[in-house]
Amino acid sequence: MGPRARPIIGVLALVAVACALPFTLTNFRLFQFTQVYVYAIAILGLNMLTGYNGQFSLGHGAFYAIGAYVSAIMMDKWDVHYAWTIPVAGVLCLVVGFLFGLPALRLEGLYLALATFSLALAVPQILKYFEHWTGGSQGIVLSKPTAPFGLPLNPDQWLYFLTLAVLIVLFWLGANLLRGRVGRAIVAIRDNHIAAEAMGINTSLYKSLVFGVSAAYTGVAGALSASVIAFVAPDSFDVFLSITLLIGSVIGGLASISGAVFGALFIQFVPNWAQDISKAAPWAIFGVFLIVFMYVMPFGIAGAIRLLWIRTQRSRVALSPEPRETAASQAPRAT
Amino acid sequence: MDIFIQQVVSGLATGGIYASVALALVMIYQATDVVNFGQGSMAMFATYICWAMLNAGVPYWGAFAATLAIAFVGGVVVERVVIRPVENAPILSVVIVTLGLLVIFTSIAGWIWTYVQKPFPSPFPSKPLKAGNIVLGAHDVGQIGVTLIVLLCIYLFFRFTPLGLAMRAAAHNPVSSRLVGIRVGRMLALGWGLASVFGAVAGMMVAPILTLEPNMMGGVQLYAFAAATLGGFSSPGGAVLGGFIVGVVENLVGTYVSFIGTELKLTVALAMIIAVLLVKPSGLFGTTVVKRV
Repeated sequence: MGPRARPIIGVLALVAVACALPFTLTNFRLFQFTQVYVYAIAILGLNMLTGYNGQFSLGHGAFYAIGAYVSAIMMDKWDVHYAWTIPVAGVLCLVVGFLFGLPALRLEGLYLALATFSLALAVPQILKYFEHWTGGSQGIVLSKPTAPFGLPLNPDQWLYFLTLAVLIVLFWLGANLLRGRVGRAIVAIRDNHIAAEAMGINTSLYKSLVFGVSAAYTGVAGALSASVIAFVAPDSFDVFLSITLLIGSVIGGLASISGAVFGALFIQFVPNWAQDISKAAPWAIFGVFLIVFMYVMPFGIAGAIRLLWIRTQRSRVALSPEPRETAASQAPRAT
Repeated sequence: MDIFIQQVVSGLATGGIYASVALALVMIYQATDVVNFGQGSMAMFATYICWAMLNAGVPYWGAFAATLAIAFVGGVVVERVVIRPVENAPILSVVIVTLGLLVIFTSIAGWIWTYVQKPFPSPFPSKPLKAGNIVLGAHDVGQIGVTLIVLLCIYLFFRFTPLGLAMRAAAHNPVSSRLVGIRVGRMLALGWGLASVFGAVAGMMVAPILTLEPNMMGGVQLYAFAAATLGGFSSPGGAVLGGFIVGVVENLVGTYVSFIGTELKLTVALAMIIAVLLVKPSGLFGTTVVKRV
């Protein structure tokens, strides 16, 4: 087995496990895992922007909200089939993200964080303002889609598979984007944008494009969440959603594709565990979790796994009699 | 015109609160490049401690001073115990740690003192001051006074004391400071302690208006962040001025632009700040950091 085949086999095994889950878990647990996949897509979007391109965003909840509302309004007002609303939400968020990315080019670091944070604050209020379309603070109640083609699945199971499929496609696209020429340009801008420009990279175009693609991923996640939860309301897209997504991307591991899934698992399940541990002050426990995770794994879960892997490879190299290229030099950098 | 002046003054009063918290944020940012999201909740916690002392019968200014001392020690302890171990982690990881502080302090305050709103006394007389047709709340005026006194103390401390100089040096260039014998780690802890004190002052001044509850400082922290950004995160004076500007703009927008009302006030204020930032990307008084490639 070549070294390139190993990760592919690992991913296939994971997909097989994921496909088996709907037939072993209760509907509620299944719903939670569907939610994990939705978050993972959104976090991958944020990760492209913050992790790979180095642009801070405290406002991805806004794009999530736009995606969710585009999907919900299309379904509610125009009776569009839910499957069509997902790509439309993605494309619309791509455009909005790109346009927002243009003025944001002038801002860096904290200043960009404030701009995006304002967007996250503004969107729920704007949604309440256009009551005619959005149903105001009451929100829009939707019905859960049923499985097509007479598949013997209940709505929860069907949504699970739909989300999983979207997740796999988007992760595959994202991995190809980030590992290729475009991805190297994106990372080069993060590491040193002047040097990147000197090498002929159009930094303005790439930065706005990354903003757009990142918003599109998050928008698709939002559109999926509208179907999964079958309800949208402005208050579920407050600033805490944006902060939660940021927590997920950092805890999972910035600039890492698998990190998005780890981060999504964290933000979905750890608050519940905290609730189980202490009913009186669950968020204190959650805060302790956050701090402990960052102590133990400053580069996130994916970063910690990568370091562990490099270490085991190194010790194996040290044991083997003939010298060869060390795994450490081949492994991607941990930053 | 009278309404205008009145709104400006009460804007300055809340602006003073934003200025204190913004100053705390800027202090920590300058030394460590980290925005402390837990700043507001630490201030809220200090205010609860003051409330507990007042309830136990301690006179106001005694409790005030004791709270400042406790806040200082608390800030130092937080830096030593929570922030020091992640000193070399990526900046966003440290930001997540401060988010952890935010939820921990809020949650523990809710656990000890419940989420019921508690009235908090003002040290100033309740009788409003009158100047012609303009009626000014005594608390508003007192609050501005306290903020200005705090600012003056800070200025004197950093400008004229050796310790203040050492702290500025440690924030500005840690490596060289260490070489000339400044204990940089200790200066950072001191910085957290002082930031915590400014936060506590802001908390005790704002509590009579907002009434005390665990999420009291959420909005204040946000405006303070906006103020610090507007003024420029690299400039303490700018952060203070930013605080006053944000306070006044927020008040005037809420009063004069009728369709906005209180709901959209925050959004409009932030949109205006961003418009300013688009023209001056590193804040009004911030300096652009030039890096060698």
